[in-house]
Amino acid sequence: MSRTTTDLLYLVTIVTFILALRFLSSPKRARQGNLLGAAGMALAIGVTLAHEGLEGYLWMVVAMAIGAVIGVAGARSVKMTAMPQMVALFNGVGGGAVALIALTEFHNLAPLPKGLDGQDSVAILLSALIGSISFSGSLIAFGKLQELLSGRPIVYAGQQFVNGAVLLTALVLGGAIVAGADRDVYVIALIAAALVFGILFVLPIGGADMPVVISLLNACTGLAASAAGFLLHNNVLIVAGALVGASGTLLTLLMGRAMNRSIGNVLFGAFGSVPAGAGPAAGEDGRTVRSTTAEDLAIMLGYARKVVFVPGYGLAVAQAQHDVRALAELLEAKGIQVLYGIHPVAGRMPGHMNVLLAEANVPYDQLKEMDEINPELPQTDVAVILGANDVVNPAARSDPGSPIYGMPIIDVDRAASVVVVKRSLSPGFAGIDNPLFYDPKTSMLFADAKKALEDVAAAVKRL
Amino acid sequence: MSEPTLVIELTILVLTIFLGIEVISKVPTMLHTPLMSGTNAIHGIVLVGAILVAGRSDADTLTRVVGFFAVVLGTANVVGGFVVTDRMLEMFKQRGPRRAE
Repeated sequence: MSRTTTDLLYLVTIVTFILALRFLSSPKRARQGNLLGAAGMALAIGVTLAHEGLEGYLWMVVAMAIGAVIGVAGARSVKMTAMPQMVALFNGVGGGAVALIALTEFHNLAPLPKGLDGQDSVAILLSALIGSISFSGSLIAFGKLQELLSGRPIVYAGQQFVNGAVLLTALVLGGAIVAGADRDVYVIALIAAALVFGILFVLPIGGADMPVVISLLNACTGLAASAAGFLLHNNVLIVAGALVGASGTLLTLLMGRAMNRSIGNVLFGAFGSVPAGAGPAAGEDGRTVRSTTAEDLAIMLGYARKVVFVPGYGLAVAQAQHDVRALAELLEAKGIQVLYGIHPVAGRMPGHMNVLLAEANVPYDQLKEMDEINPELPQTDVAVILGANDVVNPAARSDPGSPIYGMPIIDVDRAASVVVVKRSLSPGFAGIDNPLFYDPKTSMLFADAKKALEDVAAAVKRL
Repeated sequence: MSEPTLVIELTILVLTIFLGIEVISKVPTMLHTPLMSGTNAIHGIVLVGAILVAGRSDADTLTRVVGFFAVVLGTANVVGGFVVTDRMLEMFKQRGPRRAE
């Protein structure tokens, strides 16, 4: 195949990728779009395999078979609740692939007398650096979300200095490569330093901020792919990488806005803020909570006119999406209006809660975003919080000392009464105390969300 | 590579970023998780690069070995990314009158 034919076919792939993203603007065609993108990807892979002068097919096929088995097994077995860590993992392997491409290209091109030209050396520097950061950073994000590592920020004295020093080392090694260093050890050391930096960079970020990190690392892998495109003079890599880079960056900024925090604050906020006071210790200062039972909650709901459910990650963990829909249907049959208030950062990824509720067949028109649900709450009789915590924490409005101060929240405390379904009084993923629990109009139903919803539904039926 | 190529490639990069921002800003919040996962699959295009380096005709052992792992990682990225996205989007399919289970 001539270079022109190859490039024209790559252009077809580029078009399918852009259409795949366009089709994502409505749920109706989104799936078709994804399939189109996958077809475009298959075309690009086929075209690449047909490149003239390519050798070593046997091992390539073996490698692709192994990768495909890993990919399918992971993607098929993952539960929808664990989706964010799966995305983090696939993101990481993409970044790792780019770093390895940079390593082999350096190994083959750098030795004198040929040496690297300016564009190649900068492209190698960027793809090795960003790809490696994305790889190790994604693995740490995976570990935090999977709870293999503590979700709390891991901080120590001098952290900023250590991180800075590691990044500087990586950049100096990169500088040496651009200046003409030609031994493999330089690029290997660069990759090692970048891997360490990726780990150190994500460790101090709290579990609740992982969605932002994953989105940012997604953008990084995209940009690393673009850099690899500059290295291999391959347009499809440049374009696909830039699309992902733009998307990841935009999502990162949107999430920052949803939490009313700058990205800098999310990424570097934990530094130097060695657990600052954390306010009064939870539950130890004489505040009392009122607990309730499934039967009482059923009576409250059965005689309400308007009920708002606020689902959080706890609902998903308990696999209770179907139970909340079943309860909602019972209430609707009694003529009660039921809505769901979805915070933009509910769940572990932007829009994660929508995926989980869609899985349970909850109709879209009952899912209200934060800005739509807040004006409804003062006329709401009962707001039921299902495994959410930080996104309904009124300290975000009232307590300037709270770590989440200024974050827009769902104002459940403006409803006539509030019921929090929660396993215990422990603070949420972010480890922040919640004054809502001690509000006189709040009652707590201490139970697993699934069990609680089943009991409440059974009690509603008996009313 | 000659200067004009670099300029053309940079032009493509910059224009694509603008295009990407336009297209992505039309995606509703509801679909942000599939968007993230879908773009994740798209950057699996690095598999193309991995194949090109792994299959170099002048490859030595190091190139073959490192290239092999690059192809494994790239394929996992592509296949896993598209399959996960498809599973998610399947749940957003149009549904008629609410179906009882």
